Amino acid sequence: MSVIAGFLAAIGRPVLAMLAAFGRVTLFALAVLSHVVRPPFYFREFGTAIMQIGWYSLPVVGMTALFTGGALALQIYAGGSRFNAESVVPSIVAIGMARELGPVLGGLMVAARVASSIAAEIGTMKVTEQVDALVTLSTNPLKYLVAPRILAAVLVVPVLVGVGDSIGIMGGWLVGITRLGFNSSVYIKNTVDFLEFWDVGSGLVKGAVFGFIVALMGCYFGLNSGRGAQGVGEATKGAVVAASVLILAANYLLTGVFFSA
Amino acid sequence: MIELSGVTKAFGANQVLRGVDLSLPKGQSMVIIGGSGTGKSVLLKCVLGLVSPDAGVIAVDGQDVTRGDRDALLARFGMLFQGGALFDSMRVWENVAFRLRQGPQALPRAEARSVAVEKLRRVGLKPSVADLFPAELSGGMQKRVGLARAIAAEPEIIFFDEPTTGLDPIMAGVINELIREIVEEMGVTAMTITHDMTSVRAIADRVAMLHDGLIRWTGPVGEMDAAPDPYLQQFIHGRADGPIESVR
Repeated sequence: MSVIAGFLAAIGRPVLAMLAAFGRVTLFALAVLSHVVRPPFYFREFGTAIMQIGWYSLPVVGMTALFTGGALALQIYAGGSRFNAESVVPSIVAIGMARELGPVLGGLMVAARVASSIAAEIGTMKVTEQVDALVTLSTNPLKYLVAPRILAAVLVVPVLVGVGDSIGIMGGWLVGITRLGFNSSVYIKNTVDFLEFWDVGSGLVKGAVFGFIVALMGCYFGLNSGRGAQGVGEATKGAVVAASVLILAANYLLTGVFFSA
Repeated sequence: MIELSGVTKAFGANQVLRGVDLSLPKGQSMVIIGGSGTGKSVLLKCVLGLVSPDAGVIAVDGQDVTRGDRDALLARFGMLFQGGALFDSMRVWENVAFRLRQGPQALPRAEARSVAVEKLRRVGLKPSVADLFPAELSGGMQKRVGLARAIAAEPEIIFFDEPTTGLDPIMAGVINELIREIVEEMGVTAMTITHDMTSVRAIADRVAMLHDGLIRWTGPVGEMDAAPDPYLQQFIHGRADGPIESVR
Protein backbone atom coordinates (compact mmCIF):
# COMPACT_ATOMS: atom_id res chain seq x y z
CA MET A 1 0.00 0.00 0.00
CA SER A 2 2.77 2.41 0.98
CA VAL A 3 4.53 1.64 -2.33
CA ILE A 4 1.41 2.60 -4.27
CA ALA A 5 0.94 5.73 -2.17
CA GLY A 6 4.57 6.66 -2.74
CA PHE A 7 4.20 6.09 -6.47
CA LEU A 8 1.07 8.24 -6.62
CA ALA A 9 2.74 10.94 -4.54
CA ALA A 10 5.72 10.90 -6.89
CA ILE A 11 3.36 11.55 -9.80
CA GLY A 12 1.16 13.99 -7.90
CA ARG A 13 3.89 16.30 -6.65
CA PRO A 14 5.18 17.47 -10.04
CA VAL A 15 1.62 17.69 -11.39
CA LEU A 16 0.59 19.92 -8.48
CA ALA A 17 3.77 21.97 -8.88
CA MET A 18 3.04 22.40 -12.58
CA LEU A 19 -0.55 23.45 -11.93
CA ALA A 20 0.61 25.92 -9.27
CA ALA A 21 3.16 27.38 -11.71
CA PHE A 22 0.49 27.64 -14.38
CA GLY A 23 -1.75 29.47 -11.92
CA ARG A 24 1.02 31.89 -10.96
CA VAL A 25 1.84 32.66 -14.59
CA THR A 26 -1.86 33.16 -15.39
CA LEU A 27 -2.32 35.60 -12.50
CA PHE A 28 0.87 37.38 -13.56
CA ALA A 29 -0.38 37.65 -17.14
CA LEU A 30 -3.76 39.02 -16.02
CA ALA A 31 -2.06 41.59 -13.78
CA VAL A 32 0.20 42.66 -16.63
CA LEU A 33 -2.71 42.96 -19.09
CA SER A 34 -4.53 45.22 -16.64
CA HIS A 35 -1.46 47.48 -16.55
CA VAL A 36 -1.10 47.52 -20.34
CA VAL A 37 -4.44 49.31 -20.72
CA ARG A 38 -4.21 51.66 -17.69
CA PRO A 39 -2.13 54.84 -17.46
CA PRO A 40 0.53 55.94 -16.82
CA PHE A 41 2.17 54.75 -20.04
CA TYR A 42 5.94 54.71 -20.32
CA PHE A 43 6.52 55.64 -23.95
CA ARG A 44 10.30 55.75 -23.67
CA GLU A 45 10.43 52.22 -22.26
CA PHE A 46 8.02 51.14 -25.00
CA GLY A 47 10.24 52.65 -27.72
CA THR A 48 13.33 50.99 -26.27
CA ALA A 49 11.50 47.65 -26.17
CA ILE A 50 10.41 48.05 -29.81
CA MET A 51 14.04 48.51 -30.82
CA GLN A 52 15.39 45.68 -28.66
CA ILE A 53 12.74 43.13 -29.54
CA GLY A 54 12.04 44.11 -33.13
CA TRP A 55 14.86 45.92 -34.84
CA TYR A 56 17.75 44.05 -33.24
CA SER A 57 16.07 40.67 -33.90
CA LEU A 58 15.76 41.33 -37.62
CA PRO A 59 19.18 39.91 -38.62
CA VAL A 60 18.72 36.59 -36.80
CA VAL A 61 15.11 36.17 -37.95
CA GLY A 62 16.03 37.13 -41.51
CA MET A 63 18.97 34.73 -41.72
CA THR A 64 16.91 31.90 -40.23
CA ALA A 65 14.11 32.50 -42.73
CA LEU A 66 16.47 32.78 -45.70
CA PHE A 67 18.18 29.44 -45.09
CA THR A 68 14.93 27.72 -44.09
CA GLY A 69 13.21 28.87 -47.30
CA GLY A 70 16.13 27.59 -49.35
CA ALA A 71 16.25 24.21 -47.57
CA LEU A 72 12.48 23.90 -47.86
CA ALA A 73 12.66 24.39 -51.63
CA LEU A 74 15.32 21.68 -51.91
CA GLN A 75 13.30 19.25 -49.75
CA ILE A 76 10.01 19.83 -51.56
CA TYR A 77 11.71 19.49 -54.92
CA ALA A 78 13.35 16.22 -53.88
CA GLY A 79 10.13 14.87 -52.36
CA GLY A 80 7.91 16.20 -55.15
CA SER A 81 10.06 14.56 -57.82
CA ARG A 82 8.89 11.15 -56.55
CA PHE A 83 5.38 12.05 -57.73
CA ASN A 84 6.37 14.23 -60.68
CA ALA A 85 5.15 17.20 -58.67
CA GLU A 86 8.24 19.43 -58.74
CA SER A 87 6.11 22.34 -59.87
CA VAL A 88 4.50 22.67 -56.43
CA VAL A 89 7.76 23.97 -54.94
CA PRO A 90 6.83 27.72 -55.10
CA SER A 91 3.36 27.31 -53.61
CA ILE A 92 4.42 24.86 -50.87
CA VAL A 93 7.40 27.01 -49.91
CA ALA A 94 5.13 30.05 -49.68
CA ILE A 95 2.38 28.30 -47.73
CA GLY A 96 4.86 26.48 -45.47
CA MET A 97 6.76 29.65 -44.65
CA ALA A 98 3.68 31.82 -44.11
CA ARG A 99 1.63 29.34 -42.07
CA GLU A 100 4.23 27.44 -40.06
CA LEU A 101 7.95 27.96 -40.47
CA GLY A 102 7.94 31.75 -40.54
CA PRO A 103 6.04 32.23 -37.28
CA VAL A 104 7.42 29.17 -35.44
CA LEU A 105 11.09 29.59 -36.31
CA GLY A 106 10.80 33.36 -35.98
CA GLY A 107 9.14 32.90 -32.59
CA LEU A 108 11.81 30.44 -31.44
CA MET A 109 14.64 32.70 -32.55
CA VAL A 110 13.03 35.67 -30.77
CA ALA A 111 12.56 33.45 -27.71
CA ALA A 112 16.26 32.60 -27.73
CA ARG A 113 17.36 36.20 -28.21
CA VAL A 114 14.72 38.24 -26.42
CA ALA A 115 13.30 36.06 -23.61
CA SER A 116 16.86 35.42 -22.42
CA SER A 117 17.87 39.08 -22.51
CA ILE A 118 14.67 40.27 -20.81
CA ALA A 119 15.01 37.63 -18.07
CA ALA A 120 18.70 38.43 -17.55
CA GLU A 121 18.12 42.18 -17.48
CA ILE A 122 15.14 42.12 -15.12
CA GLY A 123 16.71 39.32 -13.05
CA THR A 124 19.83 41.43 -12.56
CA MET A 125 17.66 44.41 -11.62
CA LYS A 126 15.91 42.19 -9.08
CA VAL A 127 19.08 40.90 -7.41
CA THR A 128 20.68 44.36 -7.33
CA GLU A 129 17.52 45.80 -5.69
CA GLN A 130 16.75 48.03 -8.68
CA VAL A 131 13.23 46.57 -8.78
CA ASP A 132 12.79 47.43 -5.08
CA ALA A 133 14.15 50.89 -5.84
CA LEU A 134 11.45 51.35 -8.49
CA VAL A 135 8.78 50.56 -5.90
CA THR A 136 10.21 53.02 -3.40
CA LEU A 137 10.17 55.63 -6.18
CA SER A 138 6.40 55.10 -6.50
CA THR A 139 6.74 53.19 -9.77
CA ASN A 140 5.03 49.86 -10.32
CA PRO A 141 7.54 47.39 -11.85
CA LEU A 142 4.74 45.62 -13.75
CA LYS A 143 3.74 48.87 -15.37
CA TYR A 144 7.27 50.19 -15.95
CA LEU A 145 9.26 47.06 -16.79
CA VAL A 146 6.74 44.49 -17.98
CA ALA A 147 3.82 46.20 -19.75
CA PRO A 148 5.96 48.09 -22.32
CA ARG A 149 7.87 44.92 -23.22
CA ILE A 150 4.69 42.84 -23.57
CA LEU A 151 3.00 45.45 -25.75
CA ALA A 152 6.10 45.92 -27.89
CA ALA A 153 6.52 42.17 -28.41
CA VAL A 154 2.86 41.67 -29.37
CA LEU A 155 3.18 44.43 -31.96
CA VAL A 156 6.62 43.79 -33.44
CA VAL A 157 6.89 40.00 -33.56
CA PRO A 158 4.13 39.82 -36.24
CA VAL A 159 6.15 42.36 -38.24
CA LEU A 160 9.24 40.19 -37.80
CA VAL A 161 7.21 37.17 -38.92
CA GLY A 162 5.99 39.07 -42.00
CA VAL A 163 9.54 40.08 -42.89
CA GLY A 164 10.73 36.53 -42.20
CA ASP A 165 8.01 35.11 -44.48
CA SER A 166 9.12 37.38 -47.30
CA ILE A 167 12.80 36.55 -46.85
CA GLY A 168 12.02 32.82 -46.55
CA ILE A 169 10.01 32.85 -49.77
CA MET A 170 12.85 34.77 -51.37
CA GLY A 171 15.26 32.08 -50.16
CA GLY A 172 13.11 29.44 -51.86
CA TRP A 173 12.97 31.55 -55.03
CA LEU A 174 16.77 31.98 -55.05
CA VAL A 175 17.32 28.23 -54.75
CA GLY A 176 14.53 27.57 -57.23
CA ILE A 177 15.98 29.70 -60.00
CA THR A 178 19.67 29.01 -59.34
CA ARG A 179 19.67 25.27 -58.52
CA LEU A 180 16.32 23.77 -59.45
CA GLY A 181 15.88 25.23 -62.92
CA PHE A 182 12.74 27.29 -62.29
CA ASN A 183 11.92 30.30 -64.41
CA SER A 184 11.89 33.36 -62.16
CA SER A 185 8.58 34.84 -63.33
CA VAL A 186 6.84 31.44 -63.26
CA TYR A 187 8.11 30.85 -59.72
CA ILE A 188 6.81 34.23 -58.55
CA LYS A 189 3.47 33.75 -60.35
CA ASN A 190 2.97 30.33 -58.71
CA THR A 191 3.80 31.81 -55.32
CA VAL A 192 1.37 34.70 -55.67
CA ASP A 193 -1.44 32.68 -57.24
CA PHE A 194 -1.56 30.00 -54.55
CA LEU A 195 -0.91 32.13 -51.46
CA GLU A 196 -4.15 33.23 -49.79
CA PHE A 197 -4.66 36.10 -47.38
CA TRP A 198 -5.33 33.82 -44.40
CA ASP A 199 -2.11 31.89 -45.04
CA VAL A 200 -0.23 35.08 -44.16
CA GLY A 201 -2.80 36.41 -41.69
CA SER A 202 -2.79 33.26 -39.56
CA GLY A 203 1.01 33.44 -39.35
CA LEU A 204 0.87 37.04 -38.20
CA VAL A 205 -1.70 36.19 -35.51
CA LYS A 206 0.58 33.39 -34.39
CA GLY A 207 3.42 35.91 -34.30
CA ALA A 208 1.45 38.16 -31.95
CA VAL A 209 0.70 35.23 -29.62
CA PHE A 210 4.33 34.07 -29.71
CA GLY A 211 5.51 37.62 -28.98
CA PHE A 212 3.23 37.72 -25.93
CA ILE A 213 4.61 34.39 -24.74
CA VAL A 214 8.25 35.42 -25.23
CA ALA A 215 7.94 38.72 -23.37
CA LEU A 216 5.73 37.24 -20.65
CA MET A 217 8.17 34.41 -19.93
CA GLY A 218 11.18 36.75 -19.98
CA CYS A 219 9.54 39.14 -17.53
CA TYR A 220 8.03 36.43 -15.29
CA PHE A 221 11.29 34.53 -14.86
CA GLY A 222 13.26 37.77 -14.49
CA LEU A 223 11.03 39.12 -11.72
CA ASN A 224 11.11 35.74 -9.96
CA SER A 225 14.86 35.34 -10.31
CA GLY A 226 16.77 33.79 -7.43
CA ARG A 227 19.73 35.43 -5.74
CA GLY A 228 23.10 35.99 -7.34
CA ALA A 229 24.55 35.06 -10.69
CA GLN A 230 23.24 31.51 -10.42
CA GLY A 231 19.70 32.77 -9.82
CA VAL A 232 19.85 35.03 -12.87
CA GLY A 233 21.31 32.20 -14.95
CA GLU A 234 18.50 29.85 -13.89
CA ALA A 235 15.91 32.53 -14.67
CA THR A 236 17.39 33.06 -18.12
CA LYS A 237 17.44 29.36 -18.89
CA GLY A 238 13.91 28.91 -17.55
CA ALA A 239 12.59 31.79 -19.65
CA VAL A 240 14.00 30.39 -22.90
CA VAL A 241 12.88 26.82 -22.22
CA ALA A 242 9.37 27.84 -21.11
CA ALA A 243 8.93 30.29 -24.00
CA SER A 244 10.10 27.71 -26.57
CA VAL A 245 7.85 24.93 -25.28
CA LEU A 246 4.86 27.25 -24.96
CA ILE A 247 5.42 28.56 -28.51
CA LEU A 248 5.35 25.02 -29.90
CA ALA A 249 2.28 24.11 -27.83
CA ALA A 250 0.48 27.33 -28.79
CA ASN A 251 1.38 26.74 -32.43
CA TYR A 252 -0.30 23.32 -32.34
CA LEU A 253 -3.43 24.75 -30.71
CA LEU A 254 -3.64 27.73 -33.06
CA THR A 255 -3.08 25.56 -36.13
CA GLY A 256 -5.91 23.33 -34.92
CA VAL A 257 -8.17 26.33 -34.45
CA PHE A 258 -7.29 28.00 -37.75
CA PHE A 259 -7.07 25.07 -40.12
CA SER A 260 -8.97 22.06 -38.77
CA ALA A 261 -11.78 21.30 -41.20
CA MET B 1 6.21 58.93 13.80
CA ILE B 2 6.85 55.34 12.73
CA GLU B 3 5.44 52.64 14.99
CA LEU B 4 5.86 48.90 14.69
CA SER B 5 3.83 46.61 16.89
CA GLY B 6 4.17 42.84 17.06
CA VAL B 7 5.61 42.55 13.55
CA THR B 8 6.43 38.99 12.54
CA LYS B 9 7.81 37.60 9.30
CA ALA B 10 8.93 34.12 8.29
CA PHE B 11 10.40 32.82 5.06
CA GLY B 12 9.40 29.17 5.02
CA ALA B 13 10.69 27.62 8.24
CA ASN B 14 12.99 30.57 8.91
CA GLN B 15 11.28 32.89 11.40
CA VAL B 16 13.11 36.17 10.80
CA LEU B 17 11.01 38.63 12.82
CA ARG B 18 9.30 37.30 15.96
CA GLY B 19 7.26 40.24 17.15
CA VAL B 20 9.12 43.50 16.69
CA ASP B 21 7.90 46.50 18.69
CA LEU B 22 9.60 49.77 17.84
CA SER B 23 8.77 53.45 17.87
CA LEU B 24 10.62 56.18 16.01
CA PRO B 25 9.60 59.76 16.87
CA LYS B 26 9.31 62.29 14.06
CA GLY B 27 12.52 64.14 13.18
CA GLN B 28 14.79 61.64 14.93
CA SER B 29 17.49 59.46 13.47
CA MET B 30 17.33 55.86 14.57
CA VAL B 31 19.98 53.29 13.77
CA ILE B 32 19.08 49.61 13.94
CA ILE B 33 22.04 47.39 14.68
CA GLY B 34 22.38 43.65 14.73
CA GLY B 35 24.39 40.83 13.22
CA SER B 36 24.14 39.71 9.63
CA GLY B 37 20.96 37.80 8.90
CA THR B 38 19.07 39.07 11.94
CA GLY B 39 16.32 40.62 9.80
CA LYS B 40 17.32 44.30 9.73
CA SER B 41 16.76 44.65 5.99
CA VAL B 42 13.51 42.66 6.20
CA LEU B 43 12.28 45.04 8.89
CA LEU B 44 13.03 48.05 6.69
CA LYS B 45 11.36 46.42 3.69
CA CYS B 46 8.28 45.65 5.78
CA VAL B 47 7.87 49.36 6.58
CA LEU B 48 8.21 50.21 2.88
CA GLY B 49 5.76 47.51 1.84
CA LEU B 50 8.41 45.66 -0.20
CA VAL B 51 7.85 42.67 2.08
CA SER B 52 4.46 41.90 3.65
CA PRO B 53 4.62 41.10 7.37
CA ASP B 54 2.84 37.95 8.50
CA ALA B 55 1.37 39.69 11.53
CA GLY B 56 1.55 42.95 13.44
CA VAL B 57 0.90 46.57 12.60
CA ILE B 58 3.21 49.12 10.99
CA ALA B 59 1.92 52.69 11.13
CA VAL B 60 3.34 55.95 9.83
CA ASP B 61 1.76 58.94 11.58
CA GLY B 62 -1.00 56.64 12.74
CA GLN B 63 -1.80 55.28 9.28
CA ASP B 64 -1.43 51.55 8.68
CA VAL B 65 1.08 51.20 5.82
CA THR B 66 -0.65 48.12 4.45
CA ARG B 67 -3.85 50.11 3.81
CA GLY B 68 -4.70 53.28 1.95
CA ASP B 69 -2.93 54.96 -0.95
CA ARG B 70 0.45 53.25 -1.20
CA ASP B 71 1.86 55.68 -3.77
CA ALA B 72 1.02 58.63 -1.54
CA LEU B 73 2.71 56.88 1.37
CA LEU B 74 5.83 55.99 -0.64
CA ALA B 75 6.06 59.57 -1.89
CA ARG B 76 6.94 60.50 1.69
CA PHE B 77 9.92 58.12 1.72
CA GLY B 78 13.43 58.21 0.33
CA MET B 79 15.67 55.18 0.40
CA LEU B 80 19.39 54.62 0.02
CA PHE B 81 19.97 50.98 -0.90
CA GLN B 82 22.99 48.98 0.21
CA GLY B 83 24.42 48.61 -3.29
CA GLY B 84 23.05 51.92 -4.51
CA ALA B 85 20.45 50.18 -6.73
CA LEU B 86 21.03 52.77 -9.43
CA PHE B 87 19.37 52.07 -12.76
CA ASP B 88 22.16 50.90 -15.09
CA SER B 89 20.45 52.03 -18.26
CA MET B 90 20.02 55.63 -17.13
CA ARG B 91 22.45 58.47 -16.73
CA VAL B 92 23.26 59.68 -13.23
CA TRP B 93 21.00 62.72 -13.43
CA GLU B 94 18.12 60.59 -14.72
CA ASN B 95 18.56 58.30 -11.72
CA VAL B 96 18.52 61.24 -9.31
CA ALA B 97 15.54 62.88 -11.01
CA PHE B 98 13.60 59.65 -11.50
CA ARG B 99 10.82 60.42 -9.04
CA LEU B 100 10.63 64.03 -10.18
CA ARG B 101 9.78 62.81 -13.70
CA GLN B 102 6.91 60.55 -12.56
CA GLY B 103 3.27 61.24 -11.88
CA PRO B 104 0.90 64.09 -12.64
CA GLN B 105 3.27 66.71 -11.15
CA ALA B 106 6.23 65.51 -13.24
CA LEU B 107 8.81 68.22 -13.83
CA PRO B 108 9.91 69.08 -17.36
CA ARG B 109 13.17 67.42 -18.37
CA ALA B 110 15.36 70.54 -18.10
CA GLU B 111 13.98 71.48 -14.69
CA ALA B 112 14.35 67.92 -13.37
CA ARG B 113 17.95 67.88 -14.58
CA SER B 114 18.64 71.16 -12.84
CA VAL B 115 17.26 69.80 -9.54
CA ALA B 116 19.31 66.61 -10.00
CA VAL B 117 22.52 68.57 -10.55
CA GLU B 118 21.76 70.64 -7.44
CA LYS B 119 21.24 67.45 -5.37
CA LEU B 120 24.44 65.97 -6.78
CA ARG B 121 26.25 69.11 -5.71
CA ARG B 122 24.70 68.73 -2.23
CA VAL B 123 26.31 65.30 -1.87
CA GLY B 124 29.65 66.57 -3.12
CA LEU B 125 29.55 65.53 -6.76
CA LYS B 126 30.42 67.81 -9.67
CA PRO B 127 27.86 68.61 -12.38
CA SER B 128 30.01 66.71 -14.90
CA VAL B 129 29.04 63.48 -13.13
CA ALA B 130 25.40 64.03 -14.12
CA ASP B 131 25.86 62.70 -17.64
CA LEU B 132 27.82 59.59 -16.71
CA PHE B 133 26.30 56.14 -16.34
CA PRO B 134 26.37 54.41 -12.90
CA ALA B 135 28.87 51.80 -14.15
CA GLU B 136 31.40 54.60 -14.72
CA LEU B 137 31.37 55.60 -11.03
CA SER B 138 33.33 54.31 -8.04
CA GLY B 139 31.49 52.64 -5.13
CA GLY B 140 31.64 55.81 -3.04
CA MET B 141 30.30 57.93 -5.87
CA GLN B 142 27.47 55.47 -6.44
CA LYS B 143 26.51 55.78 -2.77
CA ARG B 144 26.47 59.55 -3.11
CA VAL B 145 24.29 59.34 -6.20
CA GLY B 146 21.98 56.97 -4.31
CA LEU B 147 21.86 59.53 -1.50
CA ALA B 148 21.11 62.31 -3.98
CA ARG B 149 18.26 60.21 -5.41
CA ALA B 150 16.92 59.54 -1.91
CA ILE B 151 16.70 63.26 -1.10
CA ALA B 152 15.72 64.51 -4.58
CA ALA B 153 12.00 64.73 -3.89
CA GLU B 154 12.49 66.22 -0.39
CA PRO B 155 11.03 63.23 1.50
CA GLU B 156 9.88 63.37 5.12
CA ILE B 157 11.39 59.99 5.97
CA ILE B 158 14.65 58.50 4.69
CA PHE B 159 15.86 54.93 5.09
CA PHE B 160 19.53 54.05 4.78
CA ASP B 161 20.38 50.38 4.23
CA GLU B 162 24.00 49.67 5.18
CA PRO B 163 25.18 53.07 3.87
CA THR B 164 28.92 52.46 4.41
CA THR B 165 29.24 48.80 3.41
CA GLY B 166 32.03 48.23 0.92
CA LEU B 167 33.58 51.69 1.37
CA ASP B 168 37.02 52.56 2.69
CA PRO B 169 37.06 54.20 6.17
CA ILE B 170 37.57 57.70 4.82
CA MET B 171 34.74 57.44 2.29
CA ALA B 172 32.57 55.80 4.96
CA GLY B 173 33.25 58.81 7.20
CA VAL B 174 32.30 61.18 4.38
CA ILE B 175 29.01 59.33 3.79
CA ASN B 176 28.25 59.28 7.54
CA GLU B 177 28.82 63.04 7.74
CA LEU B 178 26.67 63.64 4.69
CA ILE B 179 23.83 61.58 6.13
CA ARG B 180 24.00 63.42 9.46
CA GLU B 181 24.09 66.82 7.74
CA ILE B 182 21.21 66.01 5.43
CA VAL B 183 19.06 64.57 8.21
CA GLU B 184 19.56 67.68 10.35
CA GLU B 185 19.28 70.13 7.46
CA MET B 186 16.05 68.62 6.07
CA GLY B 187 14.60 67.75 9.48
CA VAL B 188 13.65 64.31 8.27
CA THR B 189 12.91 61.17 10.22
CA ALA B 190 15.68 58.70 9.43
CA MET B 191 16.05 54.99 9.94
CA THR B 192 19.43 53.40 9.21
CA ILE B 193 20.46 49.79 9.42
CA THR B 194 24.10 48.98 9.84
CA HIS B 195 26.60 46.93 11.79
CA ASP B 196 29.27 49.60 11.47
CA MET B 197 29.60 51.11 14.95
CA THR B 198 31.37 54.21 13.60
CA SER B 199 28.26 54.91 11.55
CA VAL B 200 26.06 54.35 14.58
CA ARG B 201 27.87 56.97 16.62
CA ALA B 202 27.96 59.42 13.71
CA ILE B 203 24.35 59.10 12.56
CA ALA B 204 22.14 58.02 15.45
CA ASP B 205 19.97 59.91 17.89
CA ARG B 206 18.55 56.59 19.04
CA VAL B 207 19.75 53.02 18.65
CA ALA B 208 17.79 49.77 18.55
CA MET B 209 19.41 46.36 18.56
CA LEU B 210 17.69 43.56 16.69
CA HIS B 211 18.63 40.05 17.70
CA ASP B 212 16.88 36.76 17.12
CA GLY B 213 13.88 38.50 15.55
CA LEU B 214 13.24 40.81 18.51
CA ILE B 215 14.37 44.25 19.64
CA ARG B 216 16.85 43.46 22.43
CA TRP B 217 17.55 47.03 23.45
CA THR B 218 16.56 50.51 22.38
CA GLY B 219 17.56 53.91 23.72
CA PRO B 220 19.48 57.12 23.05
CA VAL B 221 22.90 56.65 21.49
CA GLY B 222 24.49 58.34 24.50
CA GLU B 223 23.21 55.58 26.79
CA MET B 224 24.36 52.74 24.57
CA ASP B 225 27.83 52.26 26.04
CA ALA B 226 26.56 52.15 29.61
CA ALA B 227 23.58 49.86 28.90
CA PRO B 228 23.75 46.61 30.91
CA ASP B 229 22.42 44.34 28.11
CA PRO B 230 25.12 41.67 27.49
CA TYR B 231 24.01 41.14 23.86
CA LEU B 232 24.36 44.85 23.12
CA GLN B 233 27.73 45.08 24.84
CA GLN B 234 29.08 42.07 22.96
CA PHE B 235 27.91 43.52 19.67
CA ILE B 236 29.12 47.10 20.09
CA HIS B 237 32.54 45.95 21.29
CA GLY B 238 32.81 43.23 18.67
CA ARG B 239 33.64 40.49 21.16
CA ALA B 240 33.73 36.88 20.00
CA ASP B 241 32.73 35.67 23.48
CA GLY B 242 29.30 36.36 24.87
CA PRO B 243 25.66 35.37 24.59
CA ILE B 244 25.57 35.89 20.80
CA GLU B 245 26.76 32.71 19.17
CA SER B 246 29.59 33.26 16.73
CA VAL B 247 30.86 30.88 14.11
CA ARG B 248 34.61 30.32 14.28
